[in-house]
Amino acid sequence: MSAIILLLFGLGGMALGYVFYSKFIAQHIYKLDENFKTPAHEMEDGIDFVPTNKFVLWGHHFTSVAGAAPIVGPAIAVIWGWLPAFLWVTIGTIFFAGVHDAGAIWASVRNRAKSVGALTGEVVGNRARSVFMIVIFLVLLMVNGVFGVVIAKLLINNPGAVVPVWGAIVVALLIGQLIYRMKASLPLVSILGVGALYFLIYIGPSVPMALPEQIGFEAIGYLSDSAAWILLLFAYAAIASLLPVWMLLQPRDYINGLQLFVGLILLYGAVLIANPTVVAPMINIDVPEGTPSMIPLLFVTIACGAISGFHGLVASGTSSKQLDKETDARFVGYFGAVGEGALALAAIIAATAGFASLADWKAVYHAFGQGGVLAFVNGGATILHAGTGIDEVVASTLLTVMAALFAGTTMDTGLRLQRYIFQEWGEIYNIKWMGKALPATLLAVGSCLVLAFGAGGADGTGGLIIWPLFGTTNQLLAGLTLLVITVMLVRRKIASAYTLIPLVFLLVMTLAALLLQLKGFYESQNWFLLGLDIVVLVAAILVTLECASALRRTKREMAEADA
Amino acid sequence: MKITLNRLKYWYHKASEMGAQYYNAPYRAAIARAKREEDDLFMLLVFSEMMGVPNPASWYCLELQPLLLERFHQWHQRMGMERSPLDHFRCC
Repeated sequence: MSAIILLLFGLGGMALGYVFYSKFIAQHIYKLDENFKTPAHEMEDGIDFVPTNKFVLWGHHFTSVAGAAPIVGPAIAVIWGWLPAFLWVTIGTIFFAGVHDAGAIWASVRNRAKSVGALTGEVVGNRARSVFMIVIFLVLLMVNGVFGVVIAKLLINNPGAVVPVWGAIVVALLIGQLIYRMKASLPLVSILGVGALYFLIYIGPSVPMALPEQIGFEAIGYLSDSAAWILLLFAYAAIASLLPVWMLLQPRDYINGLQLFVGLILLYGAVLIANPTVVAPMINIDVPEGTPSMIPLLFVTIACGAISGFHGLVASGTSSKQLDKETDARFVGYFGAVGEGALALAAIIAATAGFASLADWKAVYHAFGQGGVLAFVNGGATILHAGTGIDEVVASTLLTVMAALFAGTTMDTGLRLQRYIFQEWGEIYNIKWMGKALPATLLAVGSCLVLAFGAGGADGTGGLIIWPLFGTTNQLLAGLTLLVITVMLVRRKIASAYTLIPLVFLLVMTLAALLLQLKGFYESQNWFLLGLDIVVLVAAILVTLECASALRRTKREMAEADA
Repeated sequence: MKITLNRLKYWYHKASEMGAQYYNAPYRAAIARAKREEDDLFMLLVFSEMMGVPNPASWYCLELQPLLLERFHQWHQRMGMERSPLDHFRCC
């Protein structure tokens, strides 16, 4: 089947979702009001609360939520065939993610732009807030651990990308200096920065770099190249998370944002020109041994790209404080989710249509957790080469750099957030040293390293086994946000099924996936992951109980008020 | 031709304005907060005594006095004061 059909149906479906379903949700469920005075106006302070043009805000929201996760998840999930992943991404974006993201902005805007964490405490209850803190810590822990492994894999797979990936940091540092110290004009700096990055990508394959397969001394033992990359990446992320934001994070995010648009346009353009054939089966009935059941695992393997709790953090943390009109929540939130769905769709096409034959595809997807981001890079490079004529090695370097930079940005932002959580715990429990930036950062890095190596053994290569566990925690976070929105709708006596059904669906699938994985980890005697699964399972049960009790309580309160 | 050039200029300015907003929006708060903290410290150091707030710098710098003694002596002499002008800080 032609990949263009997949592209048209996917994008067409999401476009229809935006035009019709989001309009219905905005008008009849959230009842967005153009005249409502948003926190950006009511509490305008020129710092946090600034009314912002909706296109600018959408750009910021979209590039904050779209990263490596909507690439990795779908590229792993196509192991069950292209249809399940395609349907979940499309339907998930239309009925789950868009409603969740726009709803998170709306809920926050209606509550003085508070974050989802604060809202769970205020709208649902203090116990829910404690559960929220646990879940968010688990999400950050896993995303940092997994992305360290993902970047290491990418760098080992493509030594030509080492120079551009690390060179991008130097480019970002220079851009930061040019803008802040020399007040250079932004369009000029953008062209220079992106030009420099693409120059590095172009020359990268000519100067391949790889770490030796074994590093160390006989006396202290040896590290594999993968383990050494992971350690280097965490050292970098720790330093980056401690630097002032204008120096590295801000220019890097900016370049990544531009990269995201360039990458998406190139990929979609190449698919339209090359018209590749989807070689992967529609539904893979011959999955490799050890592949878990598609239901429920599909729904946690693809979190970002279908529905992701992380979006709620961005929506309520920054987007809601800058919303000019309440009606903009539809464009910023729902269309932001559509943007991410489009990235996930591109990942599905690359990982299913970028191979010459079904046998080639099966050779890559020979076990669960295989393929993934490497299949996206290799498949995408084949399509880019066929569609645009870019040399295949350069195309592969381009996609590797894109994925590695997304994952890297998420890592250093994630570490910064994890550090804040440790610092907050230090203050709450009066542990003075933990309240300081450096020890808290070391704790954050340490916990992530335990996960990266604990899950995958001494070389850290098996870290991707925990990908579905990351998905479950992310879905639990989305569940908590949906709970806040649902409780608000019940209190306003508005039909709550549009958020309640996704909430119940997510909880059922998450719990089922955790139980299934528990069995798998027990059978494979992987005690570390078994323990981690139990921790997430306890969090999932707490979230489910909290949802049930909060909704019952709210309904009772409403009934009493009516009486 | 002139109209086209003006239009182009207009679009360039519009694009660079949007670009600047896009660049700044995500980190506006963090940077403004850091700047505000610096401004607060500056206010305190420069205007504290004018506003009747004892300058914390003089208290925290007390322990530096012995180190400054020699330089202080030369300083007050250069300023045209033969003897130390401070009661609590007698160098000669």
